[in-house]
Amino acid sequence: MASSEFAVEMQDVVKQFVTPEGGILAAVNHVTMQIKDGEFFSLLGPSGCGKTTSLRMIAGFELPTDGKILIHGKDMSQTPAFQRPINTVFQQYALFPHMTVEQNIAFGLEMKGVSRVDRIRRVGEALEMVRLPGMEMRRPKQLSGGQQQRIALARALVNKPEVLLLDEPLGALDLKLRKEMQLELKTLQREVGITFIYVTHDQEEALTMSDRIAVMSKGLALQIGVPEEIYERPATKFVADFIGETNFLDGVVKGQNGTTVEIDLTGSGIVYIESSRKFTNGQQVTVAVRPEKLTLNSEIKSGNNLKGRVEEVIYIGTDTHYGVRFPGGHKARIREQNVTVAQKSLAKTGDEVTMSFTRTSPRILTE
Amino acid sequence: MLKLFREKKSAQLWGLISPGALWILLFFNLPILIMLFISFVERGRAGGIKLPPVYTLNNYELFFNSCASDFAGVDCNPLLYLGIFGNSVRIGLVVTFWCIVVGYPLSYFISKQKQVWRDALMILVIIPFWTNFLVRTYALKQVLATEGLINTLFMNIGLINQPFDLLFNEFAVVIGLIYGYLPFAVLPMYASIEKFDHSLMEAAADLGAPPQRAFWRVMLPMTMPGVVAALVLVFVPVVGAFITPDIMGGGKVEMIGTLINRQFGVARNWPFGSAMSLVLMSLVLIGVIAYFRSSSEETRRAM
Repeated sequence: MASSEFAVEMQDVVKQFVTPEGGILAAVNHVTMQIKDGEFFSLLGPSGCGKTTSLRMIAGFELPTDGKILIHGKDMSQTPAFQRPINTVFQQYALFPHMTVEQNIAFGLEMKGVSRVDRIRRVGEALEMVRLPGMEMRRPKQLSGGQQQRIALARALVNKPEVLLLDEPLGALDLKLRKEMQLELKTLQREVGITFIYVTHDQEEALTMSDRIAVMSKGLALQIGVPEEIYERPATKFVADFIGETNFLDGVVKGQNGTTVEIDLTGSGIVYIESSRKFTNGQQVTVAVRPEKLTLNSEIKSGNNLKGRVEEVIYIGTDTHYGVRFPGGHKARIREQNVTVAQKSLAKTGDEVTMSFTRTSPRILTE
Repeated sequence: MLKLFREKKSAQLWGLISPGALWILLFFNLPILIMLFISFVERGRAGGIKLPPVYTLNNYELFFNSCASDFAGVDCNPLLYLGIFGNSVRIGLVVTFWCIVVGYPLSYFISKQKQVWRDALMILVIIPFWTNFLVRTYALKQVLATEGLINTLFMNIGLINQPFDLLFNEFAVVIGLIYGYLPFAVLPMYASIEKFDHSLMEAAADLGAPPQRAFWRVMLPMTMPGVVAALVLVFVPVVGAFITPDIMGGGKVEMIGTLINRQFGVARNWPFGSAMSLVLMSLVLIGVIAYFRSSSEETRRAM
């Protein structure tokens, strides 16, 4: 079966739609990605970024305008959905309302010509797997949202697909149930060892569950990598901004000494940042640094220390956030953990403070 | 509902309901009772009934045995009227079948269009209702006539030498009835199909169902309420139709409707006409109820 180490490959895939105004919209614009066998892979991005269109092309509901889609090394770009070894968990579950839970789950097996006896056995197993045994005779309408979600999962997994596609399957659930299901899905994926391709706009969900993530925006795959990589070394401003919170400090490159780059944050000070990349003097860059990697009033030797004024203090329980403005107009948000009960606010609005960060914490972004 | 009546506003509710209720009572229920009475008495000489009324079961007997009449000849066919009834049911089934088979894809097509187009196309389906039924039927007759549109066209382009006999036969009646009743099939089926969630077809395809199987297993069962409504809305009036068989059949195609019509006209046999009307009504009612009973489970599920 596995004639390739990749479960799914998208090769330079383009999908264009004709807009109601008669224009052409590239929902997916030259996307190339390789999804490894047995991987939990997430397509992450805001609505309209092309993640759902990509998923629908892998499922076979949409055919690519250009490019190829390979499933286990086999070109399936033009293969209709019903002939692909792939199953989908739909956003609104799309359970058949006129069938029982058993008929729903057995539908795929029936299409494959699995015997009645085997069907009943495998439906039972699938229900065990999603922890809803004995639900065979219920109808979808009689189930809660969370239960319908599990039935949709069972209906897909019972077919033992080579790849399972999940289109924001937890979107309709409340927060607590969603968190539970995230862990459950992840565990289930490890158990069955099937490749999961998971579409979500929830960055936290993607970080929690995925082996690798592709961040998409405007039809492009901006960055593909493991969660740590996406979070710690975002490739673009969009990725840095979409995944977690980031401070962006615009500046100009003044010089580079080996791996140390000198950047003038015009009016706010000069910073030194480690980077393996080459920059040219005078180049416009953005220093991106996460709020939790900044400290307030505790200077770091051979790090960067900038003087600014506190504009706001927000206490949120676990942390306190400080909004600081610098003379050059730059703004940053600092996150300090409230480690002890006795800890007092490090500063109050209007205070002159020093914000510090190491030379390795930030990323220098050019786009 | 009953609870509502017991509340204060019951007077207002009765006020709203009574015009309609009164209308139905006076012009539908009461006439049926009158017909029931007439069907059990002897006919009058020049139509109407014999006075004072003479009670008899002969009108019903006549329907099941056409020879139970004083005028029956030696070569009398006792199953004549039952045969006509059977013929009507058969024509009714054929017409209903074609209305659904033609109407379903049409409804589907319309439901898939953009909102503006959907509205426009539905108006096109409804427009025929604004034209007099008789006028439309006569117009169709002109299309099918020996020197009508179709025959003239085919003769002129040399496809045929002899005109087709398209009129005054069962074919013409069936065409006329399909033509007349297609909108009644389209409207309820469109309503059902329009509500249908097409992502279910994607789900079926995703689970390995080719388009045809997905249709039979998912879409058709889910849109069955519309199909059943179409079936009833077309079958019931078609079985009792009399204008279309009269015009398109030219008196050569006898249906129960034309037979009943004749009893109140030239045959001047009101009691027999009433008896046949009631038999027709009961049989159709029983048929429809039986159908609903057998399919209600499936229908309920789909809804």
